[in-house]
Amino acid sequence: MDPEKAPQTQLGDDVLPHTEVPHPDAAQSAGQGVVTEAHGSHDAGHGSVVLIDPGLSTHTHRRADTDPRLARRAERQVAGLFTLSALATVGFVVAFFAIRPDTITKVGYSTWALGGLLGLSLFCLGAGAVHWAKKLMPDEEQVQQRHALRSTDADRAAVVSSFQDGVEASGIGRRSIIRRSLLGAAGLLAVPPIVLLRDLGPLPGRKLYTTLWKKGSRIITDPGGNPVKPEDIPINGVVHVLPEGALGEETSIAERGKASVLLIRLRPEDIKVQQGEGWDYQGIVAYSKVCTHVGCPVGLYEQTTHHLLCPCHQSTFDVANAATVVFGPAARPLPQLAITVDSDGYLVARQGFTQPVGPSFWERG
Amino acid sequence: MSTDSATTPIAGPAGFVDERLTSSNFVKRSMNKIFPDHWSFMLGEIALYSFIILLLTGTFLSLWFKPAMSEVIYNGSYVPLKGLRMSEAYASTLDISFDIRGGLLMRQIHHWAALIFVASISVHLLRVFFTGAFRKPREINWLVGIGLLTLALLEGFAGYSLPDDLLSGTGLRIAAGIVQSIPVVGTYVSFFLFGGEFPGEIIISRLYMVHILLVPGLILGLITAHLMMVWYQKHTQYPGPGRTEDNVVGYPVLPVYAAKAGGFFALVFGLTAFLGAFFTINPIWAYGPYNPSEVTAGAQPDWYIGWLEGGLRMMPNLETRLWGITLSWNVLFPALILPGIMFTLMALYPFIEAWITGDKRPHNLLDRPRNQPVRTAIGAMSLSFYIILWANGGNDLLATTFHMSINAITWTMRFALFIVPPLVFVITKRICLGLQRKDRDLVLHGRETGRVVRLPQGEFVEVHAPLSPAEQWRIVQHETYLPLSLPAATDEHGIPNPIARKERLRARLSRFYFGDHIVTPREEALAEGENAKELSSGR
Repeated sequence: MDPEKAPQTQLGDDVLPHTEVPHPDAAQSAGQGVVTEAHGSHDAGHGSVVLIDPGLSTHTHRRADTDPRLARRAERQVAGLFTLSALATVGFVVAFFAIRPDTITKVGYSTWALGGLLGLSLFCLGAGAVHWAKKLMPDEEQVQQRHALRSTDADRAAVVSSFQDGVEASGIGRRSIIRRSLLGAAGLLAVPPIVLLRDLGPLPGRKLYTTLWKKGSRIITDPGGNPVKPEDIPINGVVHVLPEGALGEETSIAERGKASVLLIRLRPEDIKVQQGEGWDYQGIVAYSKVCTHVGCPVGLYEQTTHHLLCPCHQSTFDVANAATVVFGPAARPLPQLAITVDSDGYLVARQGFTQPVGPSFWERG
Repeated sequence: MSTDSATTPIAGPAGFVDERLTSSNFVKRSMNKIFPDHWSFMLGEIALYSFIILLLTGTFLSLWFKPAMSEVIYNGSYVPLKGLRMSEAYASTLDISFDIRGGLLMRQIHHWAALIFVASISVHLLRVFFTGAFRKPREINWLVGIGLLTLALLEGFAGYSLPDDLLSGTGLRIAAGIVQSIPVVGTYVSFFLFGGEFPGEIIISRLYMVHILLVPGLILGLITAHLMMVWYQKHTQYPGPGRTEDNVVGYPVLPVYAAKAGGFFALVFGLTAFLGAFFTINPIWAYGPYNPSEVTAGAQPDWYIGWLEGGLRMMPNLETRLWGITLSWNVLFPALILPGIMFTLMALYPFIEAWITGDKRPHNLLDRPRNQPVRTAIGAMSLSFYIILWANGGNDLLATTFHMSINAITWTMRFALFIVPPLVFVITKRICLGLQRKDRDLVLHGRETGRVVRLPQGEFVEVHAPLSPAEQWRIVQHETYLPLSLPAATDEHGIPNPIARKERLRARLSRFYFGDHIVTPREEALAEGENAKELSSGR
């Protein structure tokens, strides 16, 4: 720990891994107290460059180390912080019972009081400990030597020979029938865990290809569940809809999500293309609300441009143009639902979706 | 340390343990162990402490949280949602927030601590990278660290999904879409994960198991390994007077680090408690229960998922439809392939650099980032790549905040992702080399004093003061790698060198890394000394 000890040179790294590496360290052995005069004109002759490690700088004592009055003050500060911490902890317990969070406002007060006091308590405890360490505990740097991480050559050789001896003694190399049957048996044991996972879920089957929509499904509002008449929708009006029955208890949330559709009324002359001839009803078009990118609901409609925007990743679909993608990461148009009215004048599906709704998948085609 | 009073041998419980486990020697060595001191070594500590905070607050939350998706009618004290149908998970999260005293505080501390956990891991990783702490003998610990970062992201996402609110459900919807895009098995994996078609009725309880048992268990195990390796290999230290590759300079565990680290834990916990008390985070009551046909505009994941979200938003809409199959590059690439490449490169980096330098010696002294210009530039370049992805994850917020076109922002980010990182590389490398030149100048000519004197011939010059030996040593102590020379493709008989191709690649990479180098004055003097010796011995 002597700071004045002979400076260690770091240059004498003996083994270089690749001799073809031209390395500055090739110049080993040097560095013993080499001092060179600095170059340059304005250095006033005092710019000698030290090329050796000067060693640990001499320790300068803190004022609290030499002045007992300051040490006592630091002691009082630390104890004061610990006391403050204890008071805050008591305050925490008091606040817990004093504030009954029976209204939302009081939940806020309770959270502020409990969190503020807990924070204060912990903060003062931590600040006190750190202050103690910094002001009063020894601050003299100490040196410890590192140990080589590599085992000795003898140990490394011994490991290899022990292992080989063990393997040899077991006879696993010679007795091939044992070895093979063991490997086979152990390898086969990988199968049961995989088999056991089979019931994690059903196989996909045709689930992703179908929705609740079928020919004649009456269109109902979501939420509300009311049937929709064409005249209910003004120009540029948007209605979130589902097939009749989808809001019932027996319908799974998965089916409901997959069946959600947007009805949008355009001026018939604004419609440029649709996915099928005459799939609109007097300018009312119906498109799946499930984004073809990763399945977020496409919820934002811009009246002036007839664009539908997905708020998750900004895929933008042109409703006037068969919902083709005009911007963003989605690769396919939103599937269109062909609609018409039934004998009572309510909007109904003319048929189910003709393609899977939602994000792409491998076997989708 | 002071043994002025008569020392008594250990007795009581410590004696009991020692008689059974020979613990005294180990405990003695541990208490006297020296750790180097630097603020940047506290980054990993913050990660450790926020993990402990997560365990404590998470245990509290698990006492009331019900990880079930069965529907209930809410009848708690949050009036706006009274009478609504929602999952038990969401209802119990509302109960924790409004009907359990301290519940909201614990939820918010838990969430803040999770954000801090991933953030401190990330910054700790940057510190380790830029200072070269990943070099031999610490490559294994680097890999453990990458594993911890990956698990932390997974853990965060699983926890974020548990309350089953509209925002977290949307996150799961996106995850399901991503899983579905996996070639061949995507739909099967998705159906197995969700127990059927998204959202199914079981994902919350499965994620709960992942979040409170599986991943925390793995994280705990890896953290233990991480710390044991730091303990055994001893901590790296910054270069400076008296610091060598073979020693460690600092303060002992007892008393200094026990007090500092213990105190720092309390400080981190205290500050996280303040955040939880005064800064609302994830107000699930404002989002409402999950409904697959609803979504909010401006939906944002937690910060550490932002880069994946940004990639999804940025990717052009490429999809291949061929022979009855569909390959969704628009999802696959940003969500699975790119992160796979990024994490693989990150994990392999220590080995790549070691191969290029051919340096097989252990390194315990850290690099000053400027002294490794290309590594530092690669780090800065990668960071800028990440930041652009991340920023694009909030492109909608950028658009609404600054009243810009979202299309323009996305297009700018698409180009920026390819243009900015190379620029950052060049600029960072130049800055590093410039700083090295400045260092060299400081050593050779001293620092400017601001004192201008007039010489007899009338010339004005500024007096330079030399650096102290300690300052000089800090600057000149490192060694400069020189680029490898190209091996000949054939030997003198015209026989092709079988390893030439690999070695040529290595030489080219070495030139890329070390082609621009600035030799320190110390190395110059050593080389001169060596030449002089050769000359004299040759005579």
